[in-house]
Amino acid sequence: MGWTRKDLLTIRELEPAEILTLVDTAASLQEIAGREIKKVPALRGKTVVNLFYENSTRTRTSFEIAGKWLSADVINFSASASSAAKGESFVDTARNIAAMSPDVVVVRHSSSGAPALLARELTCAIVNAGDGAHEHPTQALLDLLTIREKKGHFEGLSVAIVGDIAHSRVARSNIHGMRKLGMTVTVAGPPTLIPPYAQELGCKVSYRLEDAIRDVDVIMMLRLQQERMHAGLIPSLREYSRYWGLTLDRLAAHARPDVLIMHPGPVNRGVELSPEVADGPYSVILDQVAKGVAVRMAVLLLLAGGRSGEAQ
Amino acid sequence: MTSPKREDRATALLIRGGRVIDPAAGLDTVHDVLIEQGKIARVGARLSAPQGAAVIEAADKWVCPGFIDMHVHLREPGHEYKETVATGTRAAAAGGFTAVCCMANTQPINDNRAVTDYIRAKAESEGVVRVYPIGAVTRGLEGKELAELAELAEAGCVAFSDDGHCVMNAELYRRAMEYTLPFGAPVISHAEDQMLSRGGCMNEGVVSTELGLAGIPAAAEDVMVARDVLLAELTGAHVHIAHVSTSGAVRLVREAKARGVRVTAEVTPHHLLLTEDAVRSWDANTKMAPPLRTRHDTEALIEALADGTIDCVATDHAPHALSEKEGEFDRAANGVVGLETAVALLLDRLVRPGLLSVATFVSRLSRDPARLLRLPGGSLGIGAPADLTLIDPDAALTVNPMDFKSKSRNTPFAGWSATGRPWKTIVGGTVVWEGS
Repeated sequence: MGWTRKDLLTIRELEPAEILTLVDTAASLQEIAGREIKKVPALRGKTVVNLFYENSTRTRTSFEIAGKWLSADVINFSASASSAAKGESFVDTARNIAAMSPDVVVVRHSSSGAPALLARELTCAIVNAGDGAHEHPTQALLDLLTIREKKGHFEGLSVAIVGDIAHSRVARSNIHGMRKLGMTVTVAGPPTLIPPYAQELGCKVSYRLEDAIRDVDVIMMLRLQQERMHAGLIPSLREYSRYWGLTLDRLAAHARPDVLIMHPGPVNRGVELSPEVADGPYSVILDQVAKGVAVRMAVLLLLAGGRSGEAQ
Repeated sequence: MTSPKREDRATALLIRGGRVIDPAAGLDTVHDVLIEQGKIARVGARLSAPQGAAVIEAADKWVCPGFIDMHVHLREPGHEYKETVATGTRAAAAGGFTAVCCMANTQPINDNRAVTDYIRAKAESEGVVRVYPIGAVTRGLEGKELAELAELAEAGCVAFSDDGHCVMNAELYRRAMEYTLPFGAPVISHAEDQMLSRGGCMNEGVVSTELGLAGIPAAAEDVMVARDVLLAELTGAHVHIAHVSTSGAVRLVREAKARGVRVTAEVTPHHLLLTEDAVRSWDANTKMAPPLRTRHDTEALIEALADGTIDCVATDHAPHALSEKEGEFDRAANGVVGLETAVALLLDRLVRPGLLSVATFVSRLSRDPARLLRLPGGSLGIGAPADLTLIDPDAALTVNPMDFKSKSRNTPFAGWSATGRPWKTIVGGTVVWEGS
């Protein structure tokens, strides 16, 4: 299937075939990372603006490398260093950037829906690099690519997503993507970290880690933000870790021997993941990061008008 | 208490052959209405026009007591870039309203007589419809100490409210209810538990979960409605619940009324006509407090408006500049304008399909708000102020914010079409607005 959308804003709005197009394109671009000269001319003369209103190391770097390997001109624009700090509104900043005629704007913002506003305002392609607790489509795509590479397929796989579901854009994008590709999803965490009506997203809900991880093919652990404790959602990190931390003992007792452990990073070692699990044989956390570049290359390529074949 | 400047107009006016709908008199028939000296002089069949009287031929039009919007934000003093008394009252007139009650969250706040006097003076010199100020309950709307409520009442405030904020201290709110008992003016409750709603920007539910926006549970409203009903019962005060948005609040008000508690309630057009689904557009014109709820709630609200559990419609007209509404949803200002769309949209969406009778519709916009605030008007009785709303039930309207008389354009209804709309607005016997 080809690609016809102007923007990549959510996984929710994509057809399964569109998700597969993105994953397949990313899979074919992975080999560039192994080349001596990591450069293809696909986006020569194209401009990619990374507009980051929220701190990010992994995602921004990953988009930057992806753009550069494709020969695009990549400009990083972060809120603290820009006019946002001087009080310019988001919409005004967007209009100013639009006046510089970029081909793609990659936006990360703490407000849900900010990329959708930008997409309405700007004629260039918009990529959502994470908005509030809404969606983080490229993270879900790299997770899907990782799962397919390790498991060989999507249909019929079961996944447990564990932790702060309520505030997680990664969880939302993954739930939509996994469901569309025939996987079953259970979200698990203390009830204060599960959003209301979570079942309406098409997943099961569990309040017990041991139950959630039993017999699943993939366990995705989410980062627990310290703010959640201050907001009164959990009593302490210690208690959270005691009941929701994934340890080797728990894995051995309840999970399948071939389970994959994923985490979108950055990991709170000793909170949601014990170090032995994070670094252990089940863990594919670094594979995820590596695939992030390929996925972002695929997204930039499809949105900036190139065809996947040009990169080969 | 009124702004009487048009009361003594000498010119007589005859409104001929309209469908006269006066719920206070149980009247719904084709009649003439004669206005003299700014008052209703006669209502009857085939009245003759006195010498020199102006005549409005109103065949096929509705002739109603002037509509009263008991909940608007005129923004003056202090936020004149959003709205002024001059523009807000013109918006009211264009929307078929002959009187508005303006909330206290101006800058400076209407928590003292000087501000009330200022608003009334502005209304007198620049307003085109009647303006009744509502005073703050607490100084600075801070919820800490009572404003000078007796002096506010004396200056002409017709009710007391910290609207926009909830008085979280129940003891203080109890005292406000007691202290204002002698003034015959209700305390209007913005029922929102600000701890439960903290950080939220839309209804907590399926859509907030999908969009990743922090939710405000219905219970944030219901908890406070329950509290205020109990305080009304304790004090014997009249408590009016502003902008009811939940089925739970409807149930609490209904039960309280059945027990004889002095509680009344209003509902906005947006809470009647829109649900949380509208937020999927990310348009901040769907953001307000309380937030848009669910279909279950809108159905309960419509039923409650029809059966009288909810006493009246009020728009909560809340003008904001474009820059406050075009950005990120969670950072945008709360509120929408409502004066220029309410009548047409309710006619089309509630009256036309038969969810609300014509008489009930007219009553909820005129007689009922007048009754619960003890305002003059709300009927076409002989000697009543000649405030009338004339409606063309067949004229079409498509909402175009650029046509608004309001300074602000923040409506969630842009592009909506309706059949039936205001035709002429008459205040004190003078036509203050007429449609083209």
